Amino acid sequence: MNSLMAVFKRELKSYFTTPLAYVFLVIFLFFAGYLTFKEGFYEMRQADMRTFFMNLPLLFVFMVPSAAMRLWAEERKVGSIELLFTLPITIRQAVLGKFFAAWLFLAIALALTFPMVITVCYLGDPDIGLIITGYIGSLLMAGGFLAIGCFFSAVSKNQVISFVLSVVACAVFVFAGMPTTLNYLSSFMPAGLVAAVEGMSFQIHFDSMQRGVLEFKDLAYFVLIIVGWIAACTIILDERKAG
Amino acid sequence: MSVIEVKELRRSFGSVVAVDGVSFNVEKGQVLGLLGPNGAGKTTAMRMLACFITPDSGTASVCGYDILRNPIEVRRSLGYLAENSPAYPEMTVGGFLDFVCDVRRIKGADRKRALDRIVPMCSIDSVYHQTIETLSKGYKRRVGLAQALIHDPEVLILDEPTDGLDPNQKFEVRKLIAKMGKDKCIIVSTHILEEVDAVCSRTIIIARGRVLVDSTPAQLKVEHGCGLDAVFRRITKTDGSKDAKTNR
Repeated sequence: MNSLMAVFKRELKSYFTTPLAYVFLVIFLFFAGYLTFKEGFYEMRQADMRTFFMNLPLLFVFMVPSAAMRLWAEERKVGSIELLFTLPITIRQAVLGKFFAAWLFLAIALALTFPMVITVCYLGDPDIGLIITGYIGSLLMAGGFLAIGCFFSAVSKNQVISFVLSVVACAVFVFAGMPTTLNYLSSFMPAGLVAAVEGMSFQIHFDSMQRGVLEFKDLAYFVLIIVGWIAACTIILDERKAG
Repeated sequence: MSVIEVKELRRSFGSVVAVDGVSFNVEKGQVLGLLGPNGAGKTTAMRMLACFITPDSGTASVCGYDILRNPIEVRRSLGYLAENSPAYPEMTVGGFLDFVCDVRRIKGADRKRALDRIVPMCSIDSVYHQTIETLSKGYKRRVGLAQALIHDPEVLILDEPTDGLDPNQKFEVRKLIAKMGKDKCIIVSTHILEEVDAVCSRTIIIARGRVLVDSTPAQLKVEHGCGLDAVFRRITKTDGSKDAKTNR
């Protein structure tokens, strides 16, 4: 087993040996379901998961940082980072191992929303392709938020500070693409710049996937976000691990 | 070539110079005691050797591997016990040692042999299935020692290995270090002068980031005509700008 897999296995196990995983899953599944039905699932009279997916960005803004905040902040606070980086593991392997473990945990949370899929399939004849692309988009978006959360977890030893900073950063990435934000920005910014801000937002790329369109630019966007923030996490960790 | 070679290591944290041009070599079969007051630079020097932090200047090698160019090979060659015996509190002792074996690629029958050797050696049989957060300080330190020894490294770097242990446990750990010292290269940092007498074949006294003395416990006592306690106080209270005296 290589070092990345060892860290991955340890981290994934640690989610489930503490109450953290179970509390997170219960809260996430409750609000995912609640918001779906509150936003007019029955009123729309259509067997699709639009109301489920449309609430995920805002739900992830709060939920994903709560899963990410302990990744590095706890290691630095408890001192186990000194153990980790005196074993034959590179910083990159450790960062990727933890990231993939947390991402798999979020994938498990998404997978546990399967009753929603069963519900729409029972009530009507949904487009399964749309559902699949919606879940792919959700997973990529979760990965993007998680990469941001990893970075801020490495920035501070305090999990609360990490959480708050991650939420703010994730909210910026979501709200940047909202119509109200874009309307406000267009009142004093040139159109090109407003389009650039919109292009940087998670919302526009996720909306595209929700509609069943899997374009290279959307996949590349999420991959670049993940790679960029993970690289930044690696750099900040190297600077601050002994501090 | 010595097993550990340290040349002019320097490291600062902001305006604080923690290690200021430390140099020494350690051979196989030697147990080097790093003595010094708090803030002397012992832990920083050890962390640089273990490749946890990088030096600002200078170089060092462990088993022929450079700490800057080959940090992973250095970490493979040595076992490191940090000052606070860090571990993962939610893991059991057995789960933690399995994780260390995974990282160090000790698999299958080799892993079983390593665990069968190390668990009784560190006397952690009775707590093997307990979570680390429920252990006493002494047991946590023994678990830390176990992870440092599990791969039977050539080099051991132990930062205050008997801190928090009761007298019986201190005796057992010192006996273990003395036994391993015959065929390994060991650096031990300690405040406990009787420990230096008990296990160390060589002593470096470090203060304000500099090596003040590099000698043997016996020679120091003969030269100064007093016990190690008095030697330590005398040397660390002198001006740090004096040249280091080296007697081996």
